[in-house]
Amino acid sequence: MLRPLHPVAPGTRTVLGIAFFVLFVAFWAWITLGGHVNRIFLADPLSMLKDGWRLLVEDRFWLDILITIWRVFGGFVLASIVAVPIGIAMGAWKPVEAFLEPFVSFARYLPASAFIPLLILWAGIGELEKLLVIFVGSVFQIILIVAVKVGGTRRDLVEAAYTLGATDNGIVKRVIMPANAPEIAETLRLVLGWAWTYVIVAELIGSSSGIGYMIINSQSRLATGQIIFGIIVIGLIGLLSDFAFKALNRWLYPWSLA
Amino acid sequence: MSKLLIEGVSRTFDGVRGGQPVQALQPVDLAVAANDFITILGPSGCGKSTLLRIVAGLEAPSTGRVLLDGKAVTRPGPDRGMVFQSYTLFPWLTVAENIGFGLREQGRPERERNEIVASYVDLVGLKGFENHWPKQLSGGMQQRTAIARALANDPAILLLDEPFGALDNQTRGLMQELLLGIWERRKKTVLFVTHDIEEAIFMASRVIVMSARPGRIKSDVPVDLPHPRHYTLKTSPEFSALKAQLTEDIRVEAMRTAQTQSV
Repeated sequence: MLRPLHPVAPGTRTVLGIAFFVLFVAFWAWITLGGHVNRIFLADPLSMLKDGWRLLVEDRFWLDILITIWRVFGGFVLASIVAVPIGIAMGAWKPVEAFLEPFVSFARYLPASAFIPLLILWAGIGELEKLLVIFVGSVFQIILIVAVKVGGTRRDLVEAAYTLGATDNGIVKRVIMPANAPEIAETLRLVLGWAWTYVIVAELIGSSSGIGYMIINSQSRLATGQIIFGIIVIGLIGLLSDFAFKALNRWLYPWSLA
Repeated sequence: MSKLLIEGVSRTFDGVRGGQPVQALQPVDLAVAANDFITILGPSGCGKSTLLRIVAGLEAPSTGRVLLDGKAVTRPGPDRGMVFQSYTLFPWLTVAENIGFGLREQGRPERERNEIVASYVDLVGLKGFENHWPKQLSGGMQQRTAIARALANDPAILLLDEPFGALDNQTRGLMQELLLGIWERRKKTVLFVTHDIEEAIFMASRVIVMSARPGRIKSDVPVDLPHPRHYTLKTSPEFSALKAQLTEDIRVEAMRTAQTQSV
């Protein structure tokens, strides 16, 4: 019986979660190994694993993985360092918000991928260009979300701090920032996921290394097994970094869960 | 000389979307003697919280002024400690850190801070809970921490805005005795806003009854019941007489509020 909003037992939850993966792979195996689709366009699970193994062992694909991870984190950290203080300033001081908000809202809709040709002209096709693509794609999003969260700081906490003798600067440093720290960290976790999309796009164009480069390279050789392996690797790394980020937040902000 | 002087303080709110401005508070005059425990009693919407917020400096009066120890109030400050009805402990700080917030903001050295915090933890009976997060505490414990946090600054006056309004009846009774016990021992000027008649009488040395919106002071009733007060006082004949008198006063005002709202 399915009752709305009724919780599911932890064991059942795990089994159900794994079951979908099993079904998914089974369906994939059935249409490929059963000959229902052309093998040229879609590799079967077994040859995907074989191709993946060969990539890792013979083609030193792990170097590409490392370089992609470095680009994602480099661009993401750069964007965070710039965006979080600006977002806090916008949320805390309304004139700053009035000054920057219209531009940031506009810039947020500029697609990072459309900047790639321009960024290649400015920064070449080296590492800087890859970092900039992720930076452009993330920075405006982080600014805006952080500004909204900070703007929503509980007014009664701010008032309480004032009656305890806090100065205007004290309010920002000792109320607004700690009150929103977990939400800001959660925002960063979300945007990190988007950064993975930008890095692959950046690597599809004008690149000679990275997971995205391997994928576009495999396309010209119709190596769909490698392409799928690359995509799965991205998914796994994303999942791992998400877990790590969540664990870090839990460790940093135990009070928000207590 | 009065500790706190409220002179012709009124408050008018701008009309919403081009509507008429709303007067929440008619000009109020009130003199509070040092170490007096004043309760402000009134039906909801009578502007009693607005008056308290003006004394705290969280809102500016439309007319008039507030003087504390002869100095005009212009903004909030640590000389007017406040306890709110909503739970306003900082959730990212432990009980001890919450109580020490004001002291830290004033740059007091850590060792001195720790001593003061420990004494107030003791005062409100939270020993053993110093390192708990606010979320791990019951409502009553959170408000006890909030009282300790406001008192730790040693303010000239303590302002309380229906501090026990969200608590269940039993807890509220215990909190009243706790706060009154602290006041009896330490002597402090207190302004306590409530809509609970029994609470207003039990706590006060003087009850200020406010009229329905726009609020003004309707009556000023001294409470000459002896200290230290015990909860059994609530069933004494003197207490009941006062309660009957104030109940009648408030009932008239509550009915007027109900009528203006139904128009």
